Amino acid sequence: MISKSSVPFWRNERVLQVLGQVIFFLLVFLSGYYIYSNMLVGLQKQGTTLGFSFITGLAGFDIGESLMEYTRESSYLQAFQVGLLNTLFVSGVGILFSTILGIILGVARLSANFLVNRLAAFYLELMRNLSLLVFLIFWYLAVFLKLPKVKEAIIWPGQIFWTNRGIGIPWGIPTDSFPAYCWILFFSLLLAIGVGYGLYERGRRTGRPPLTLLWMALTFLAAAAIGWFALPRPPFEWNFPYVKGLNLSGGKIISPEFMALTSGLVLYTAAFVGEVVRAGIQSVSKGQVEAARALGLNGFQTLHLVIFPQAMRVIVPPLTSQYLNLAKNSSLAVAIGYPDLFYVSSTIINQSGRAVEMIALVMLTYLAMSLLTSAFMNWYNQKIRLVER
Amino acid sequence: MTEESLPPLTERLSALRWLRQNLFSSWGNSLLTVLAAWLLWVSGKSLLIWTFVDARWQVVAANLRLLLIGQYPAEQAWRLWISMLLLIFLTGNSLGLWTKSRKFLAALAIFPLALALIPFEMEQRLWLLGLALAGALGWLAGHSAGARTSSRSGTSRAFENVVIVGWLIWIPIFILLLRGLTLEGEGWMPLVTTNLWGGLLLTFLLTIVAIVVSFPLGVLLALGRRSELPVVRWFSIGYIELVRGVPLIAVLFMAQLMLPLFLPAGVTVDRVLRAAVGITLFSAAYLAENVRGGLQAIPKGQFEAAYALGLGGFQTMLFIILPQALRLIIPILVGQFIALFKDTALVSIVGLFDLLGIAKTVLAQPEFLGYQREVYAFISLLYWVISYGMSYLSQQLEIALNVGKR
Repeated sequence: MISKSSVPFWRNERVLQVLGQVIFFLLVFLSGYYIYSNMLVGLQKQGTTLGFSFITGLAGFDIGESLMEYTRESSYLQAFQVGLLNTLFVSGVGILFSTILGIILGVARLSANFLVNRLAAFYLELMRNLSLLVFLIFWYLAVFLKLPKVKEAIIWPGQIFWTNRGIGIPWGIPTDSFPAYCWILFFSLLLAIGVGYGLYERGRRTGRPPLTLLWMALTFLAAAAIGWFALPRPPFEWNFPYVKGLNLSGGKIISPEFMALTSGLVLYTAAFVGEVVRAGIQSVSKGQVEAARALGLNGFQTLHLVIFPQAMRVIVPPLTSQYLNLAKNSSLAVAIGYPDLFYVSSTIINQSGRAVEMIALVMLTYLAMSLLTSAFMNWYNQKIRLVER
Repeated sequence: MTEESLPPLTERLSALRWLRQNLFSSWGNSLLTVLAAWLLWVSGKSLLIWTFVDARWQVVAANLRLLLIGQYPAEQAWRLWISMLLLIFLTGNSLGLWTKSRKFLAALAIFPLALALIPFEMEQRLWLLGLALAGALGWLAGHSAGARTSSRSGTSRAFENVVIVGWLIWIPIFILLLRGLTLEGEGWMPLVTTNLWGGLLLTFLLTIVAIVVSFPLGVLLALGRRSELPVVRWFSIGYIELVRGVPLIAVLFMAQLMLPLFLPAGVTVDRVLRAAVGITLFSAAYLAENVRGGLQAIPKGQFEAAYALGLGGFQTMLFIILPQALRLIIPILVGQFIALFKDTALVSIVGLFDLLGIAKTVLAQPEFLGYQREVYAFISLLYWVISYGMSYLSQQLEIALNVGKR
């Protein structure tokens, strides 16, 4: 038996580990301190100090698109919020549509139809090997800005205007019966939840789960439609876009920047989602499909009740990282001039000269968004994971 | 070999039955086929018409040199050709040595010759011919050295080491040739400052530097994340998660705006170097996660066996665990490198003249104002061909090296 004292401390593993960590910590801390002090000196030379007090100052620049009240008299903080809202909006819309398109592509890639299969494969190969930034710029400059002028707009049936100033679509304007209709929508939602709960209970009792979500949606739509016609006058009035001088007016005008960014992100991300979906479906063993057919389930039931629930477990983790990629890639808006979080922040940097604070703020915001999304998707993944006895 | 197994019987289909089975098996299927065919017809027709009739490709032809090497002086271009010669020779060596397939010999020889069909000037064509020769010679040298090696003789081992060392010294040679050997703009090989490096050349350079530097960093971070020392582990986790949570463009902005602030007064960092630092730090975090995946796939018995043989922790990692883990993740690493190559386009946002940045300057020339479609289509094609080529090559290499079957 070796007594403790016989091992000299420089050979004692526990001492070495602690010592190693202390040295590592000191190294990191000292280089961090060195960088920090250099930065302070540098900032002093520029005549500024660190601090966030500037953020309430006057912004003094315009932002093309905003989901909230914003003028050039607003503060930097409000400008930042506008950017954040735009980023969240683009990410949300992008995630929704890229999921839908991705699932279609993934299923099409596995289709028994030769032509559909090859077409999907071609699309996936084409998109996955493009550089997203180059594609976005091409999409914006060479497609959306090359649409005809307002005077020569392409008009699709239903008064949809395609022009290089934006895409005009008909839009509803709330009338005086709109508040009443909000209540109707609220009660429709309650009704739908009630129906859903009833079906869920019945499914549990009988062991034959019905298409709960479908029936819930149908109930909601039916109640909403009845409410629409029951009111003395419709809650919305159609407002159609029209040409006024050199611009579009009326309806809803979607800017080319927003269209190019969102559709570009969707087209690109959908290819990756499609690969994820394909891998997920292929991970379900063939025996499962055969067993489902042997039990008498039809094609749709097999997909809905057997394949998708199992494929989801494989799909969710990589899908999460695709969603996160989309949210982070939306910062490429800076290249085509859509005022997202990053673009607005770089304008703020130019206006106020506060690079350090703004970059820290931007990074923290993106980090928080990423962590929240991961947390949500992890929770969902836990929920659908295989419950083993 | 007692009995030969026959392949299973395959059905031979007539063209009509094939159509019936694959395209028109049911009503729904026929509908899909018609829809897909219509989509193909509409998009394919307009694309072909644009490519061969409407597009004015002279903008690309007039600016080809700018797009490929930026403002690098034309009379110094021979340095780039020399580096390319060395590169293709080394590639040929490696492919000939480690794979037995003749496919690669043909590819190495044919690809430069095919490029020579593009209307270049005579000088460039001669260089391309040289490239084809260098590739073929390299392959033959590697192959003849590799052929003797069924029993893994000493000479082939030596040759393998020479090739590996060759790869390692190629990168500094490339950068030195690019930059020049003198401090001033005079002499035999004058200095070419980095603001003249541009186009595809800069894109390649940034990719290569980022791959080479971020790889060891990523491995270290991955090991740090699995370390038993809490301080090291938490530092690695913090770094990896922080970097993976922010977009690359934010990292690049930070590198451009804040790196000069972080360094003591008077020290200036080149703009290209700043961008390279940003991309490297970014890519290291992603690589670390890939390497960690590989490390996790190594069974515990490998560690235990190594310890039982008396290897220390460091030796176990270096000689037993890492070689296996890295071989497992080769396809993932290649995917990561392709993503890195595509992402270097972002340096154009911070004002560098890489392929995308130089395309913008081409379009700013007054005589080429409305040519966005042609220029961006061309550089998209370049990005696509290179990315696809890389992934195709890696698939072929996997087959040739039997990566999946060990």
